[in-house]
Amino acid sequence: MPLLENGRLVPDIWTILDEEAPFPATGPVIVPLSRLEEGLARAPGEKLGVAIPQDAEIDTLRTVLPRLSLVAVTFPIFRDGRAFSQARALREHLHFTGEIRATGKPLPDQYEFLLRCGVSTVDLPPGSDPEVWARAHTRFRTAYQPSVLGERAEGVTLRRVL
Amino acid sequence: MPDTIPAPALPVGHYGYDQVDRAFLADRVEQFRDQVARRIAGTLSEDEFKPLRLMNGLYLQLHAYMLRIAVPYGVLDSRQLRELAHIARTYDRDYGHFTTRQNLQFNWIKLEDTPDILARLADVDMHAIQTSGNCIRNVTCDQFAGAAQDELVDPRVHAEILRQWSTLHPEFTFLPRKFKIAISGSPNDRVAARFHDIGLVAKPAPDGGTQFDVFVGGGMGRTPIVGVHLRDDLPEEDLLAYLEAMVRVYNEYGRRDNIYKARIKILVQALGTEGYRQKVDAEFAAMNRARYRLPPETVAAIRARFGTPDLHAPDDAAAQLDRARRADPAFDRWVRTNTNPHRAPGYISAVISLKPAGGIPGDATSAQMDLIADLADRYAFGEIRVTHMQNLVLGHVRQDELYAVWQALRGADLAAANIGLIGDIIACPGLDYCSLANARSIPIAQKLSARFASPELQETIGPIEIKISGCINACGHHHAGHIGILGVDKKGEEYFQLTLGGSPGSDASVGQILGPALPEDATVDAIARLVDAYLVHRTGGERFLDTYRRLGAALFKDAVYATA
Repeated sequence: MPLLENGRLVPDIWTILDEEAPFPATGPVIVPLSRLEEGLARAPGEKLGVAIPQDAEIDTLRTVLPRLSLVAVTFPIFRDGRAFSQARALREHLHFTGEIRATGKPLPDQYEFLLRCGVSTVDLPPGSDPEVWARAHTRFRTAYQPSVLGERAEGVTLRRVL
Repeated sequence: MPDTIPAPALPVGHYGYDQVDRAFLADRVEQFRDQVARRIAGTLSEDEFKPLRLMNGLYLQLHAYMLRIAVPYGVLDSRQLRELAHIARTYDRDYGHFTTRQNLQFNWIKLEDTPDILARLADVDMHAIQTSGNCIRNVTCDQFAGAAQDELVDPRVHAEILRQWSTLHPEFTFLPRKFKIAISGSPNDRVAARFHDIGLVAKPAPDGGTQFDVFVGGGMGRTPIVGVHLRDDLPEEDLLAYLEAMVRVYNEYGRRDNIYKARIKILVQALGTEGYRQKVDAEFAAMNRARYRLPPETVAAIRARFGTPDLHAPDDAAAQLDRARRADPAFDRWVRTNTNPHRAPGYISAVISLKPAGGIPGDATSAQMDLIADLADRYAFGEIRVTHMQNLVLGHVRQDELYAVWQALRGADLAAANIGLIGDIIACPGLDYCSLANARSIPIAQKLSARFASPELQETIGPIEIKISGCINACGHHHAGHIGILGVDKKGEEYFQLTLGGSPGSDASVGQILGPALPEDATVDAIARLVDAYLVHRTGGERFLDTYRRLGAALFKDAVYATA
């Protein structure tokens, strides 16, 4: 599916494995949380990502995080906002610097929220219009609270310059 | 007549927008215009559009769209109230409805008009952001903030800080369920802090700053619960960090499988107060505290955007008020029931009742709004407050000018002397508007206020709070009513169940069901008998609630069901 980064479509280098699919010989793969051990058993040079469900405790990734280049969080429905907190915990509590990918069914109107919680790429849901997502990215110039992006505060106000 | 008070540069009583805030609102209006266009073009399904319109306060009700406009911490300026009057005239049926969350609802709105209405609101620094949806809703506040004699800290600056912080919050806009915060700065709770998802009470800190009592997990709805006291010493600089931790724990662990069990109160009950506190403390300890710190400079910068009233009353203001009261018994009664003591000598806060006998609680016509805006300009620094009891307040009125205010109100059917009395009824919109309701709340409220219309009778009965909800979702706060009335459906007939003993204040309690529900045409008589029983059994200056707490339900049960 099309992948969005900074409001633009980018190529996706990752292979996404489900519960059963065999590992490719080489190349970056995203494994479900249940297959994380298998993924970690691959050669250390191979890039590894993990897809976590929306109710996963982020802290359980603490010890393996240095081996991970990507964590995929998910929105089974757009109203389920747990992945916002997961992304934020990854960045803020565990200081994860790799890619955080949003999957599932987020709405373009949530794009700025995703970015400000630490998501870096969005696996666009089927039927998405990338133009609408791009517009959402540039919609606002101001936010009223700090975020993991560490945007510049406007003077001493709560406002942040986006 | 006194001279008109010149409008100050900044609005008195609320935060004054600057060009950055206005640009933000303009962006928001354009975003919604785009969403409405996508909906009308069909590229956005109703299922996808619904949360977006709800985030802009647009509900689909029984007969039409309803637009709920935020009145942050319940404070309006006269320019804003005039704009609301204009919208009522132009886009609705010439009236608006003030709500228990200190907001204003228009009940007859067309979808295609909403972007224009929001643009008009933005022109006067107003919006409908987060008046619905599973997000942090409009923060409510003490209607006498900044004016009351008993207040320790004016909570409106912190309410504004919470408004800004929660506005389009990236993490907390898709919570398990809606989230309501109330804040007070008085030991006398006028905001129902213990019936909110989070209730905050500001007070002076030992070091001379401000700190907060924190209540969590209160609420009404199907599962009425009095909130628990989480801590009494939250420092101002940790206000946002600690709330981030509280709401994050809720976002992560709150139930999402059943909307009736999704509020934070259910989570707090499930984890226990200690269990919830531990999770919050762990989150608080782990977070980047420097990032979320609320420094005193920020509080000062936001405080500096508030206009303050220049309070100078003549030395004989109180004496003039006394003379007017002695000369006019009707005015005297209204002063007794509809005012609150002011911190400044010669001033008083006046409550404008939106509960005329036989009227619809909380409704105001555009002409009434215009008149109140004029009175606010002339006598109250252009400031109007909305109360969670669905009335309006002029916060800072000179005592020597109160008689003139009352006369003007009386001429517009706005001088009912019933604040805190039996005519001061809270009622949800009920089946007249709402698609969730089982029964019509408004006609019961109208019949009750007509039955007890006499101001003498109301004053004799004394303080009593009747609250009416048309369904179990409890928007009319019936659980917190001294007398609560809940509409239920019995085989297609509207019935009403009575609860007694609820209270929203510092002595918060949940009302108990009295007995079987009553048919609509028996409900008002039953309440009249209940009130008669109270008058017979009360001692001294006992409120209805106190008599109930002293004697229990039995005698009231007899009174209601003996002849029903």
